[in-house]
Amino acid sequence: MAELSNQLMALTVLAYLAAMVCYAGEYAFGKRSHIGKAATRELVGAGGPPVASQEEAAAPAEGRDPLIGRVAVALNLVALVLHLGTTVTRGIAADRMPWGNMYEYILSTALIGSAVWAGVLLRKPAVRHLGLFASLTLVVLLGAAALIAYTPVGPLVPALNSYWYVFHVSTIIISSGILLVGVVPAAMFLIKNGWDAGKRGFPYTLGKRVGDAGTLERLTFRLHAFAFPLFTFGALIAGPLWAEASWGRYWGWDPKEVWAFISWIVYAAYLHARATPSVKRTTATWIAMLGFLTMLMNLFGVNLFFEGLHSYADAG
Amino acid sequence: MTVVEDRPATSDAPPPRRGNPVWALLRNSWRQLTSMRTALILLFLLAVAAVPGSIFPQRGVNRENVAEYFAAHPKLAPQLDRFFAFDVYSSPWFAAIYLLLFASLIGCVLPRLRDHVRALTTVPPKAPQRLDRLPHHDSGPQRPEEPAAAAAEVARLLRRRRWRTRLRETPDGWTIAAEKGYLKETGNLLFHFAMLAVLVGVGFGHWYGWHGNRLLVEGTDQGFCNVITQHDESVLGPWVDASDLPDFCLRMTKFDATYQSTGVPKSFQASVGVSEDGGEYRSRTFTVNDPLRLAGANVYLLGQGYAPVLKFTDRYGAEQTKVVPFLPTDGMLTSEGVVQFPDVNIDPATGKRDPALQMGFEGVFLPTGGTDGSAVSKFPAADNPVLYLAAYRGDLGLDVGTPGSVYALDRQQIADGDLKKISGERPYVLRPGEKWTLDDGSALEFAGIRRFATISIRHDPTQGVMLVGAVLGLAGLMLSLSVHRRRVWFRVTPAGSGSVIEAGGLPRTDYSAFGEEFAALTRHIKEGTP
Ligand code: HEM
Repeated sequence: MAELSNQLMALTVLAYLAAMVCYAGEYAFGKRSHIGKAATRELVGAGGPPVASQEEAAAPAEGRDPLIGRVAVALNLVALVLHLGTTVTRGIAADRMPWGNMYEYILSTALIGSAVWAGVLLRKPAVRHLGLFASLTLVVLLGAAALIAYTPVGPLVPALNSYWYVFHVSTIIISSGILLVGVVPAAMFLIKNGWDAGKRGFPYTLGKRVGDAGTLERLTFRLHAFAFPLFTFGALIAGPLWAEASWGRYWGWDPKEVWAFISWIVYAAYLHARATPSVKRTTATWIAMLGFLTMLMNLFGVNLFFEGLHSYADAG
Repeated sequence: MTVVEDRPATSDAPPPRRGNPVWALLRNSWRQLTSMRTALILLFLLAVAAVPGSIFPQRGVNRENVAEYFAAHPKLAPQLDRFFAFDVYSSPWFAAIYLLLFASLIGCVLPRLRDHVRALTTVPPKAPQRLDRLPHHDSGPQRPEEPAAAAAEVARLLRRRRWRTRLRETPDGWTIAAEKGYLKETGNLLFHFAMLAVLVGVGFGHWYGWHGNRLLVEGTDQGFCNVITQHDESVLGPWVDASDLPDFCLRMTKFDATYQSTGVPKSFQASVGVSEDGGEYRSRTFTVNDPLRLAGANVYLLGQGYAPVLKFTDRYGAEQTKVVPFLPTDGMLTSEGVVQFPDVNIDPATGKRDPALQMGFEGVFLPTGGTDGSAVSKFPAADNPVLYLAAYRGDLGLDVGTPGSVYALDRQQIADGDLKKISGERPYVLRPGEKWTLDDGSALEFAGIRRFATISIRHDPTQGVMLVGAVLGLAGLMLSLSVHRRRVWFRVTPAGSGSVIEAGGLPRTDYSAFGEEFAALTRHIKEGTP
């Protein structure tokens, strides 16, 4: 079973990679007018029904989408299924939830991110132009997991054997998965915004084909607003409850705890900034990007640079 | 997300008052401090200030690591120490940031609480002149009733949907104003007040909490009672007195551990007898993740190891037995330790203790020794226990009064030649039951093995309050992020025998689904469905 999981993992990365190539193909060669317009229309529609009702009749038929784009989506979904298979077989092989060490943790976090992305993709096919970035993120995360953090299947050490462990880790995996995906619309918003403002340098050229900036910004906010309470529960309630039972103190400034705290504060700052009319939306979004960097730091940096009590965090 | 925007414009532009400049300065500073921008900056500072605590070892987390850091960077470390790099979270600058944030938070939420209470007790405002200027507008709905009845019906529909509704008669008909989503601000305030409670809770926990660590060996002869002198290490909060510690005694009757074939631990369990307030010993068990909860203190299982039982028979035939914990150095429980016998080889004729004849043994204990003779354990269970020891005779240096490690011999005494190694180059190998006879006829017997557990005894009086605060805070946060505040107005005017109803809607926060809600509302009013 463990072998099967490893093979599936390789296939998963390949499938995401293939999807990425197709997304990139569509991105590079697709007709700007068609995709761009459809994207704008559908996304704006999603933002406010009155617009949707006016535009409904004009929405293009799915069948007109370029083949390569549809192949990309299909590959993306295949990759998601393989990804799910990898994670499930890993769990079966270990006879427990598949999040007992860093490798499994990244695997599961990326799975949630990928599932959220697929959900958005299926509900609003026009966000497909973000696929290149979403699949790139997934390939990098899984590649890093497989190359840096791979750990053979093993059982849990007693310290991880607790209900709170299940709550703590599952909620953190789900919320960080969403927060990691949230960076995609955040970055695209900043790029698009720059493009709209007339910037024509490198990253901004990517904004040429992207949908409406306001919609991207709202999507960013929604993903963050959804994940933030979940992250609060996982990192600041379930985590301390478990730490209390296991280590005798609910909070001890272990490096993982420090960085979870930092991420939380930065995301709180994002929500504040976004709620403050005098703060520009781009500034707020930059704070969300900073939050993403702190999450990466927690996911990889802390395990590589610091030693702490979070034994599962050993990169091996 | 703009609820804050329409706070009654009290403070923004106060009339220039001629008065005490100090007072003006204070007021201005306070206004600055409680602005959202300051809150943002303080949040950032807090995040940045937390970073060094993950880079440098912290005294509050791991003292040994700090000591190692000092040893490794003898020049840099004292400099860093002056800036509290090793006590980040109790440093004045960290405290300054969170106290400012605390003040800002109070200054921010108190006026908001007042405004919110006011908003909750005032009626929804009058309809604006031109409903068609609002973001959502519908001039369609017609109803067969005359205006008064139609307006009452609209109000009834709104109230059923839990809108706060106000009906007003105007010269040309009726208007209905309705508002919903007050829970957003309620939740937001709940969240911020919960943050205040948690901050206060952290403070009280720090002041009134205490903890101690103790290494507890199996056996009723190895018990301990919860007084400071019997902790190996204790930390009392500033407002805790040593006599405040609850009175209980513990003795470990058995420690069970199981391991995977790879040596990774599978389970631990400590069986103990507990006597509280001088009562009978009662049996309890506890394990990792499942602490022993006693009145006024919890006991946590942190670690495990082995304590060989060593019996020394001196050259005059006097016997002494010691149970000596050896400290694990790796996951397979290769353990290092030392056993010292300062009071041996006392000549029964004179009754004088000769410091040159004290005995010390130092070495490693392997729960499972290999066949290759290397001093590294192969497995953490005691499957093939072995002791590798070297024997020393001479002055152990224990009388000088400087407390040394109990896990190693005094290196200075050895260097000075006051403590001499009397065994050979290679350490002596001892298995349970075996006896090692030394050159003067004295002997050391490996009499048995016991397990030990390292435990932490803790009390944090605000833990429960903190949990309640955190849960309430989360509930508030979810309300705050999911509820949306919005207003609708309806103007009912006569049209033929019936009425025409003009509707306008204003989402007061960024709420993209409001259009749907507004459309559903006007549709229901048109159709008269409940
Ligand atoms: C301990 C520090 C603080 C934390 C962790 C914190 C956290 C949060 C979070 C997560 C939100 C988002 C909820 C939402 O958008 O509805 C929020 C909203 C808000 N916070 Fe704070 N906050 C803190 C301090 C402050 C301070 C000092 C102020 C006052 C200047 C403040 C004023 C506000 C306001 C007005 C909102 C509502 C924004 C809106 O939704 O319209 N907060 N806070």
